[in-house]
Amino acid sequence: MARYLGRRLASMLFLLWGITVMTFGVMQLAPGGPIDLATEMSARTSPEIKDKLKVLYGLDQPWYIQYGRWMKRIARLDFGTSFKDERPVIDKIVERVPNTLLLNLCTMILIFLLAIPIGAVSAIKQNSLVDRGLAVLVFIGFSMPTFWFGLLMMMFFGILLGWLPVSGLHSLNYTDLGFGGRIWDTAQHLILPSLTAAFTGLAFLSRYTRVMLLEVIRQDYVRSARAKGLSSQRVFWRHAFRNTLIPMVTLMGLMLPDLIGGAFIFETIFAYPGLGRLGMDAMMARDYPVVMGLGTIVAFLTLLGNFLADVGVAVVDPRVRLAK
Amino acid sequence: MPVKVGVRAGRISLFTCSILACTAAGSPTRPERLVKGALHPFDGDAFVDASIGDASMLNPVLSNDSASGDINGMVYDGLLKYGPNLDIQGVLAEKWEVAEGGRTITFHLRQGVKWHDGAPFTADDVLYTYERLVDPKVRTPYSSDYELVKSVTAPAPHTVVVRYKEVFAPALESWMISIIPKHVYEAKTFACPPTRCRPKTDPPKTVENFNSHPANRCPIGTGAYTFCEWRTDEKIVLEANPNYFEGRPHVQRFIYRIIPDQAVQFLELRRQSIDTMVLRPDQYKAYDVFFENHQKFRFPSFSYSYMGFNLKNPLFQDRRVRLALAMALNKKEIIDGVLLGLGSPATGPFPPLSWAFDPGVEDIAFNPAEARRLLQEAGWSDSDGDGFLDRGGKPFRFTLMTNQGNKVRELTSEVLQLQLKKIGVDVTIRIVEWSSFIQKFVEPRAFDVVILGWSLGRDPDQYLIWHSSQTGPGKYNFVDYNNPEVDHLLERGRVTFEQAERQKIYRRIHRLIHDDLVYIFLYYPEATPVVHRRFEGPSVSALGLFWNFNQWHVPPEKRKYPVPVFEQ
Repeated sequence: MARYLGRRLASMLFLLWGITVMTFGVMQLAPGGPIDLATEMSARTSPEIKDKLKVLYGLDQPWYIQYGRWMKRIARLDFGTSFKDERPVIDKIVERVPNTLLLNLCTMILIFLLAIPIGAVSAIKQNSLVDRGLAVLVFIGFSMPTFWFGLLMMMFFGILLGWLPVSGLHSLNYTDLGFGGRIWDTAQHLILPSLTAAFTGLAFLSRYTRVMLLEVIRQDYVRSARAKGLSSQRVFWRHAFRNTLIPMVTLMGLMLPDLIGGAFIFETIFAYPGLGRLGMDAMMARDYPVVMGLGTIVAFLTLLGNFLADVGVAVVDPRVRLAK
Repeated sequence: MPVKVGVRAGRISLFTCSILACTAAGSPTRPERLVKGALHPFDGDAFVDASIGDASMLNPVLSNDSASGDINGMVYDGLLKYGPNLDIQGVLAEKWEVAEGGRTITFHLRQGVKWHDGAPFTADDVLYTYERLVDPKVRTPYSSDYELVKSVTAPAPHTVVVRYKEVFAPALESWMISIIPKHVYEAKTFACPPTRCRPKTDPPKTVENFNSHPANRCPIGTGAYTFCEWRTDEKIVLEANPNYFEGRPHVQRFIYRIIPDQAVQFLELRRQSIDTMVLRPDQYKAYDVFFENHQKFRFPSFSYSYMGFNLKNPLFQDRRVRLALAMALNKKEIIDGVLLGLGSPATGPFPPLSWAFDPGVEDIAFNPAEARRLLQEAGWSDSDGDGFLDRGGKPFRFTLMTNQGNKVRELTSEVLQLQLKKIGVDVTIRIVEWSSFIQKFVEPRAFDVVILGWSLGRDPDQYLIWHSSQTGPGKYNFVDYNNPEVDHLLERGRVTFEQAERQKIYRRIHRLIHDDLVYIFLYYPEATPVVHRRFEGPSVSALGLFWNFNQWHVPPEKRKYPVPVFEQ
């Protein structure tokens, strides 16, 4: 077991290193650097000043020196400071994590609450008009560009009905509100982005539920339950549906990295101060330290999730660690 | 002096310039103030602005983005500013003297001015700001403006003497940069003082260096507004400074929301959750019902759009060809079709609001027949009857490039393509992402023709754009323009302090560049902002709309935000 864990850990670290190399490489290949983007076509900044700034930021060095410096810092768990505002990268990431977690948790709960019943109804009413209608609905959501659907939701609920705030996470008077008022205010701001994200993300889980249920319904034990004379409702909910939930839990585990990843375009549209928007802004500004820090942390958490899942499987199933 | 192209470019100077302007101009909208600093019936409410991006650093020496500039312009003051008629006025400098033909400038500073933390403003602060601007370790993009400074001294607590190695006419404009407090930036630790929005005191932080100073996120200035709160990527809040030396501004709170998408900003405007926005032409011309709560403004902006030739390309070296292309363009069609009428035809590198603009320069008339004749004279004809001109078996074909993300430029290029096709010129359009466009095509001169624009400062010096010495890599004369007379005039313009004399110089430059057809100057677009109707006081000047923001007020019956108003 120890050898298996050691091997898995080593491969995880190697993979993580590979991801940092790739992220760094992609950023270097992208045209324009942080200095160029901030100063180009600004005739107040002469080429000499740009050169001076490049030296001050260490961008005059070849890429491998820059990468080596970054690796040296990261070995001390120092993610560096942002080129944009000179703040520690880790501070910038940590202040966004709660917002992203909050939004993605709400979205995931909504997806589970909506997708499983849709999948179940589709399975029960297999090939009926209801099944086809629901399939069309979830695929409309799946194929619709999030930003466009988001704007439609803002137009309808924010402008036409005037029920919900259009963007942001807090109202302007947020700090003047009491505890309850603050929760209600934040909840109101979360409704539109969560609904938008949930609607556009329903298809996968609802179709998966439908397929799983149809598969389970064909199993022998379900047939036996029916043969014993149980009502189809009871057979479905007590026997078939409960067994469908098991792979769902695994699926939930796979969705966990999404919780901290953040949605780049989506958070930008809703002016939501999350990790996705931080990443988007950093990439657009070629803020290398932030992009690298964010990429490394998200990759690390994803790999860690996979590692822990593998360990869990190895613990309960000795064949896995023996086979490897 | 030209500055970076951008929707909000110029707001920096507008706010910087706004503070004293009304006093000088005697704005009719300003209610009489009974006691300096005392509450006035019109003091109150909040103004909610919106920005595409968040500020980077609230330190005017370091920051280069328009969001930081907007806030810095309200929190800090410069020594000087532009008045509503583009005359130079004092802010922190009460008066100034120019001696030795411009080689020495003596600033007499305003006495009794206090920083927001109560410390007195003195000449040491000006010296300190200058030292940081030229400090090789400071990451400032503004040091080029101070390269010609020989020395800055403070012979008295409220006197600053600046000596130049050689005369530099834009020198006065360069002292419009905001002054930062020496006592704050030189201290070993810094604690952001408590504010009305954020009553708790932050623990003191150790200062590591100027670039990452904690005060860069908690500015302490001398300006009309004091810093209150900054929630990253959400909002920045400022409060009216009751001790401002020109009297407190009437709008008690200024809230700067960060909304990264323009379409969403427009929805927020319609929802009245933001009070102002600079609209695109299509938004401006949208249904009136969208704006029943907003006042619409339109005025010429300090910018122009152009079609620039790569003069190293043999295709464009013959002036007759460039003239023919200019004659083939129907600018009215472009302005009506693309800008929806919100602009005027451009004739040269200075906009009509600038004193450098030469109204005598006539635009090249739309004349496709004459364009065809000129091209024929230059050897271009449709010899194979395919509808396109050719010469020596080579078709008259070029690529017109512009940057992605600017809908107006993209549409302009399509209209130009159609118009040039009518005289037999085959144009291919290529739209490229901004940084690729600049790095891969403009800087290495790997383009035929570009559509771009310049947003301009109020000083007409455009040495960096037109002088033949500025044609190297990374420089801004990327069309490779070279006219010895223009070079000479640009050099003279920089060393002449007398405005009437400079006007003659720049008007001549306007005419020469127009005649040389380096660019085809397309249009001067209009700025089209809207402001919520509850605000009284907005008026347009050569500085734009926000020049007198400190005089704006909301009558008590129209107030929207119940913001507490504090006395000094």
